[in-house]
Amino acid sequence: MKFNLLIGGSAGQGMDTVCMFLEKVLKKSGFYVFSNKDYMSRVRGGHNFNLIRFGDEPIYSHDEKLDLILALDSNTIEFHKDRLNDNGIIIADEAVKCDESRLISLPLQKAAKDAGLSMAFTFVAAGAILKHFGIKGEFENLISKKLPEQTRNINIKAFRKGGELLEEKFNLIGKDLSKHIIINGNDAIGLGALVGGVSFYSAYPMTPATSVMTYLSKKSLEAGIIVEQAEDEISAINMAIGASYAGARAMTGSSGGGVALMVEAFGLAGITETPLVVIDSQRPGPATGLPTRTEQSDLSFLLTASQGEFPRVVLSVRNAEDAFYQTFRALNIADKYQTLVVLLTDQYLADSNITIPKFFFEELKIERHIWDGQGLDEEYKRYKVTESGISPRLIPGKIEGQVVLVDSDEHTEYAHITEEIEVRNSQMEKRMRKLDLFIKEDIQEPEYFGGEDIDILLVGWGSTYGAIREAVEILNNSGLKVGALSFGDIYPLPDKLLRKYMAIAKKIINVEQNFTGQLGKLITQETGLLMNGSILKYDGRQISSREIVTRINKEV
Amino acid sequence: MIELKSFNSKDEITWCPGCGNFSILDSIKEAVAELNIKPEKLMMVSGIGQAAKTPHYIRANGFNGLHGRALPPAQAIKMVNPELNVIVTSGDGDAYGEGGNHFIHNIRRNLDIIQLVHNNQIYGLTKGQGSPTTSRGQKTSMQFEGVISEPLNPLALAIAAGATFVARSFSGNKEHLKSIIKAAINHKGYALIDIMQPCVSFNKINTFKWYKDRIYNLDENYNPNDKGAAIIKAMEFGDDGIPIGILYKEEGKPTFNDIHPVLRSGKVMVDRKWSPIDGEKFVEEFM
Repeated sequence: MKFNLLIGGSAGQGMDTVCMFLEKVLKKSGFYVFSNKDYMSRVRGGHNFNLIRFGDEPIYSHDEKLDLILALDSNTIEFHKDRLNDNGIIIADEAVKCDESRLISLPLQKAAKDAGLSMAFTFVAAGAILKHFGIKGEFENLISKKLPEQTRNINIKAFRKGGELLEEKFNLIGKDLSKHIIINGNDAIGLGALVGGVSFYSAYPMTPATSVMTYLSKKSLEAGIIVEQAEDEISAINMAIGASYAGARAMTGSSGGGVALMVEAFGLAGITETPLVVIDSQRPGPATGLPTRTEQSDLSFLLTASQGEFPRVVLSVRNAEDAFYQTFRALNIADKYQTLVVLLTDQYLADSNITIPKFFFEELKIERHIWDGQGLDEEYKRYKVTESGISPRLIPGKIEGQVVLVDSDEHTEYAHITEEIEVRNSQMEKRMRKLDLFIKEDIQEPEYFGGEDIDILLVGWGSTYGAIREAVEILNNSGLKVGALSFGDIYPLPDKLLRKYMAIAKKIINVEQNFTGQLGKLITQETGLLMNGSILKYDGRQISSREIVTRINKEV
Repeated sequence: MIELKSFNSKDEITWCPGCGNFSILDSIKEAVAELNIKPEKLMMVSGIGQAAKTPHYIRANGFNGLHGRALPPAQAIKMVNPELNVIVTSGDGDAYGEGGNHFIHNIRRNLDIIQLVHNNQIYGLTKGQGSPTTSRGQKTSMQFEGVISEPLNPLALAIAAGATFVARSFSGNKEHLKSIIKAAINHKGYALIDIMQPCVSFNKINTFKWYKDRIYNLDENYNPNDKGAAIIKAMEFGDDGIPIGILYKEEGKPTFNDIHPVLRSGKVMVDRKWSPIDGEKFVEEFM
């Protein structure tokens, strides 16, 4: 059982507040929720909508077909009625006029006015919607406590009145989800960073990465950490590198445009061998692009961004659950290999709430790999050539008599500037060796869905996880033999499962939110294997399982 | 006093013979030794340029970063470890050109750090192009018909932006420079020392003699606490004389760490103890 609601209107109508409330109610009532936001880059007006999908089993992506539309204006009906199921309904205020048989006009505004404030009409609607689905319970304490007392009371009244406006059509009973949480991708990254011991986060606001910083800033006092808004992204990343060098766990983040400004310092982290995690919450480019929408188009850029060559690890997150654990892991990887780790997410994940099991803390271990200098009786070599490529790292000011020098020039083991051929080669090789160790000890293979005997292999990465997973299920139920690999780790490219399933499948199709098929190109570059087809989307809206299914059915 | 030789680096110095950087290096070493700052508690931060090689030539902690980007890591280092004495050392191109934006915002933050600008009014490392402080009309290896833009006045800019310690010195007067560096280290808050420094290879106008003929010590009665007068004094630069000394000083202004809600207790962030389980409480709001 799954239902899909759309709440649409213009910016400033209080849509987010009521959606947050509905999501909490659904979660408390024992329904899995997946919600996402589609909004324009403006504070007032325009057309925005939120999708709330809920059901009695885990949900990993949005859907296009709708069961209920709450239309706060007539545009919403106009834009979305074609997506409504035949037995679906549209709820709108009496004032919204539209010639549509599935429309149920309700006195939302009037009821809200009776409750004390016409703005509260969204809560009237929430009451009506829950009644429609027969979802009952004590929900009033879930109305945001951040609202002023008077507004809360009006919303509570409005919510009650809403329940009187509709009859029950369903009688849905949820499960026990008291051990579950509901969280979005950016909060999960922020939480992962916090739990992972980040004590310094510097950034410059840029949608859709800003909320990572906002989350950390909100918690900074309680957690006792520094969150600094830098004058620009160049400063943000150079600050993070400075803090990391000094011994703090540091992180920065932005969207593509801001990350583009950070690029030179990627190499600084690389050659100074300073641990650093950079979050890129992608949006469609180039330049300003579509600021509030989604894309996966920074992958090719980040694989080699910055002049020269140095070891880097590029990871992507597949949903909020993954985002938490991968952020935690990225911090450990950065410290272990003393280098840059880029973590890719996007607007879709940033603004998607998902019900997932509560994070499991027992196995989380912070690994700093910082040396205490034991046995050091000569001048410290920051860049000592070792077999693994990792040089023991001291924190400046912490060891009596020892100093820590780092340098962006090519350098000797003591970090002094050099142009000696042998030293250059040994330092370059030492740095690059670290990736061999990463591949040996830490790389994670993609997640595979499907059977062992397949005709079609889909490959994707990051946020398309949910849609691909669902598409594979639908396609296999329809009689096709389809498997899929969803990549989290991207570079170095884990290729064991890839080679295995590419050998079995007759057709390999990459599914990506970009124009050029960036993962497909990387796979070809790293393995020599070619894609036989591509499903690519670059309109700024997230691909759904239905779109994948339709495209695959066209191909076969 | 800590022995001067404990600051001696084994690295070979690559500056031109006669370069003003040598005496700046000596002044820094003598100042920190006289103030009993141990090498492991001294943090030298630089960008790129001839002056930015300084961290290699003094045995101390060193962060030789990117061109123009010395201040961001320097500030962050001071935020997370206030026990380190942070000295930024870079040239005029690094500090005022490529790093101009950071220069302004670093003043706004007011970390307790020192910035030494080896200001030779020319680009040395890249061989003689105009810098933000090159005089208008001066012919360079790039501006063949002379520099068109007005030179920046970094001291007036710093005072106007709210810096609490703004001084000028001269590499040819080591004792003066050393005393200013010591005063800057003892000052609480961001301190800018713009050091006039002849570039023997690429600036044939602003030579040792050119500076020597124009500089004068600020009068004993000069009041460095008067912001308006300090800005006017900072504008004095040229044939009518160049004042050296502390042009502006403001005591008692809280630093970034003094105000920061987490750092004001004196917290040393790099000593923070943290386990994942300490963060479990933050999951509650998502239940």
